Amino acid sequence: MLQFEGVTFGYPTDELNMMENLSFSVNKGAFVAVIGPSGCGKSTLFRLINGLEVADAGTITIEGEDVAKKKNFSAFMPQKDLLFPWRTIGKNVALPMELTKAPKDLQEKRVAEVLEQVGLSGYVDKFPNELSGGMKQRAAFARTLLSGAEMLLLDEPFSALDYLTRVEMQEWLLQQYSHFHKTILFITHDVEEAIFLAKDIYIITDERPFAQMEKIPVPLSYPRKREDLKHPDIVELKESLIGKLRKQVVL
Amino acid sequence: MKYLKEHIPSASVVMGLLVFWQIVAMIIDAAYILPSPIGVLVRLWELREPLFLVHLPATAGVTSFGLLVSVVLGLGLACLMDWNPKIEKALYPVIIASQTIPTTAIAPLFILWFGYSIWSKVLVTILITFFPIAITVFDGFKSTKREMEELLITYGATKRDIFFKLKLPTALPNFFSAIKIAIPLSVIGAAIAEWLGAQAGLGYFSKRMMTQLDGAGVFAPIVLLSVVAMLAVWLVTKLEQKIITWRKEL
Repeated sequence: MLQFEGVTFGYPTDELNMMENLSFSVNKGAFVAVIGPSGCGKSTLFRLINGLEVADAGTITIEGEDVAKKKNFSAFMPQKDLLFPWRTIGKNVALPMELTKAPKDLQEKRVAEVLEQVGLSGYVDKFPNELSGGMKQRAAFARTLLSGAEMLLLDEPFSALDYLTRVEMQEWLLQQYSHFHKTILFITHDVEEAIFLAKDIYIITDERPFAQMEKIPVPLSYPRKREDLKHPDIVELKESLIGKLRKQVVL
Repeated sequence: MKYLKEHIPSASVVMGLLVFWQIVAMIIDAAYILPSPIGVLVRLWELREPLFLVHLPATAGVTSFGLLVSVVLGLGLACLMDWNPKIEKALYPVIIASQTIPTTAIAPLFILWFGYSIWSKVLVTILITFFPIAITVFDGFKSTKREMEELLITYGATKRDIFFKLKLPTALPNFFSAIKIAIPLSVIGAAIAEWLGAQAGLGYFSKRMMTQLDGAGVFAPIVLLSVVAMLAVWLVTKLEQKIITWRKEL
């Protein structure tokens, strides 16, 4: 379980803290979406979890152990695919294993497996510029999986894609979730995407610095279909979430 | 055909300039002041033996050796400055200052120290080419995308991993640019040094021809130097295109 306990953090260059005395938890195997207005601190949560930033106060633990002492428990996938253009897809995907000095034959075996799972088995020797946007994101996801981490931190991974590819990728992600059963934290601006994917939605409604996130369960079970979004309860949930976010947005 | 089409504009400009030069030379009609392009080519052919067998190898040796030392030194310094910001703070201003020294002023000093040996000329070449290599490659290291670096950190990468797996490939296009800048500069450096004092080399030969008021003879080694430099830059460009297919992806 991921646990934030009284976490306070602010960037040195900012006047106001990003968050103050924030506490929340995410259960193992959960699929949680985090939504909130731009600049509210969603991505900072990920930076704190994966150790790129250190909390000014409070503790962040995984299974009771401080994240600073843990290694390879989380894998980060940002909005951009960040595939290295000088590496083939196979070499890009193998990067996390290469860094842990895994044997070459094991790397090749796992790369082949995971590329097949993400539908890119014929692309191991291709370069990123030979792939479409959706394929690149799938390759980036495969790389995230090969880190071996139990928790995936996905920061708006589909936001740069066109609408149809995004919809396909959302359905594909749900298949991957049911297959791998990893804990997923998913940042998005898209309320419909959050509802379609997540078991629980954490919404940031406080002004900066935020001290809490409201937890809203999604009344849908897995597997999900896109038609489920037309259910009256879901339409109502969507409207309610949009209403909450709208209060925060200053035009 | 496509290649020819692409180069028609530049070829036209060169042809236009050559025709203009030929006409002006014919009007002036004093080869010791301004020889015609045809006259230079004829002289190049007449002097082919000393030029190609003695002086071109001498200059090529100086430029190649100087360039090689500059690459090793420049890369080494760029790596050191990237590895430790304190070294960057200590060395960066010194490297910049080294460029304010007028080469023509310091070159005689090298000749005083090292005589007419290859070292005085190599040193001038190093002085003139070392800076673009060190600074351009260092800027390449600095241009590494922060997000990519952070991604590697989240995978548990060490500073060494980040350097070899990210910074070095990122700086590779800068390295090629640096070499393309350094090649003509190395030729200039070698020629300056040879002008000031040497027993062989295209710069030395050009100066000797000047003392004989042989205008075409002065131009012939200069033309040869330019062609060799252009050929070397073309070769590096071809190599760059083969190796860096992803330049626009960064």
